[in-house]
Amino acid sequence: MDTLKIENIKFQYNNKQKILSNISFEMKSNQIIGLFGDSGSGKTTLCKILTGFLKKYKGTININDEKVPTGFNPIQLIYQHPEKIMNPRWNMERILHESWIPSKEILDSFGIKNEWFKRFPSELSGGELQRFSILRAINPKTKFIIADEITTMLDSVTQVQIWNAIIKHCQKQDIGILAVSHDKLLLETVCDDIIYFNELNKS
Amino acid sequence: MTKLLKIRNLSISFTQYIKGLNQKELQVITDLSLDIHESEIIAILGASGSGKSLLANAILGILPPNALVSGSIKYKGNELTNQLRKKLKGTKISLIPQSVNYLNPLMIVQEQAIGTTQTQEEKEEKILRQQKIFKEYGLSKDVNQMYPFQLSGGMARKVLISTALLNNPDVIIADEPTPGLDQQAVTETINNLINLKKKKVGMILITHDINTAIRTSDKIAILYLGFVIEITNTKNFKDNGEKLLHPYTKALYNALPETHFKLTKGTQPSYHNIPKGCPYQENCPHKTDKCIKILPELKTINDTQIRCHHPLIKGE
Repeated sequence: MDTLKIENIKFQYNNKQKILSNISFEMKSNQIIGLFGDSGSGKTTLCKILTGFLKKYKGTININDEKVPTGFNPIQLIYQHPEKIMNPRWNMERILHESWIPSKEILDSFGIKNEWFKRFPSELSGGELQRFSILRAINPKTKFIIADEITTMLDSVTQVQIWNAIIKHCQKQDIGILAVSHDKLLLETVCDDIIYFNELNKS
Repeated sequence: MTKLLKIRNLSISFTQYIKGLNQKELQVITDLSLDIHESEIIAILGASGSGKSLLANAILGILPPNALVSGSIKYKGNELTNQLRKKLKGTKISLIPQSVNYLNPLMIVQEQAIGTTQTQEEKEEKILRQQKIFKEYGLSKDVNQMYPFQLSGGMARKVLISTALLNNPDVIIADEPTPGLDQQAVTETINNLINLKKKKVGMILITHDINTAIRTSDKIAILYLGFVIEITNTKNFKDNGEKLLHPYTKALYNALPETHFKLTKGTQPSYHNIPKGCPYQENCPHKTDKCIKILPELKTINDTQIRCHHPLIKGE
């Protein structure tokens, strides 16, 4: 089991408004934690800091009391918009295999169809693309995933399918999930515990 | 109630090259008929990739050039030709787009909200309206001078909604107006949409979010693989959904976190292989030979229009 510990994260753009004032929390890799907050409150900024996309922050992010290694980041971000993270000129096979080659069993559990591999991102629907974007993120080296509104744009049947597959896989592989959403009912359904962003970001 | 839009047997297909010079026709919307009256909200509900957004694009005439459209769309009794469309688009018929990518990244928010203007007076008048409406939506004055990348997802969406309302349209096509908004903003948006009914606006609300559909609409049309499989009164989405007649509609309802979060397996088949009979046959638990062979017609049962050979009528 791994522990992700975040201490005193502070962040602001251009010396103007403070976005993250002093954020600390801890989670374990067998947990699914929900992060609930308003739009514009800085949730996505925190997600980007946790996953190494924003560097100029203050504070520490540790896994098992060690700094997050350089190279492949064991904390992976899954975005709300999968179409924005994929090279439109690559086919799905190349996009997925850039990260790793999942087994047939895993592909099946995510409902990936063989015919999708030869297609380009523009030829798949949002729900289909999101399955690929999740598969990319759950590389064997991943220890935590940050799921930033990953099913917000999907229909309810697809939403259940995706959460079902992701939770099963992550429990088996001991990957912790931080689920960011403002759908409180969803978080209450899938998470062990919910953190309220506004309370976290007060001090 | 005046009928604003009358859509009859609308089908949309694309011509695609598959290999070399071989072309294939890809059918994305099949035989869609809908009426929109003033002060009425019709929600179009369907899986991602079920062709919902294309309907909006077809009404506005912004489909890509390789799209083929058949059937008819009438606006207040007049066939919606390209000429008429040009006149109505952005004034009488207005779109709230799905993606925040519809904002121009190199233009400040205020300029794109008011759009093109001919004279200085018109511009000033539009700015006044724009500021009033931004205020209604809780967008501060700073937003006026911001570029889209400086907006949060929720703010960007508020900008899109207020921009669509600027010219007092009478038909609004709202393509997923609520995802990416927090609870409070969703409630506000929903109230705003409902309030538009008082102004006699007729609305097509395209969404995958049953909650938004239930809270706003009068009727809900469910799309699957480009087919309307059910058009039902919104009030049927409650309790155990006993009045929902199509198995897929029921699966959608039961998959909600607040009902059962129930897993239903199977994804929509590809548009390249639309089955001959019922579009839902691959995933349907009640499939029979008839469903494989014959496409069910849209028929009316108890105020509901349904496309199914074996509707889930209680007691049967």
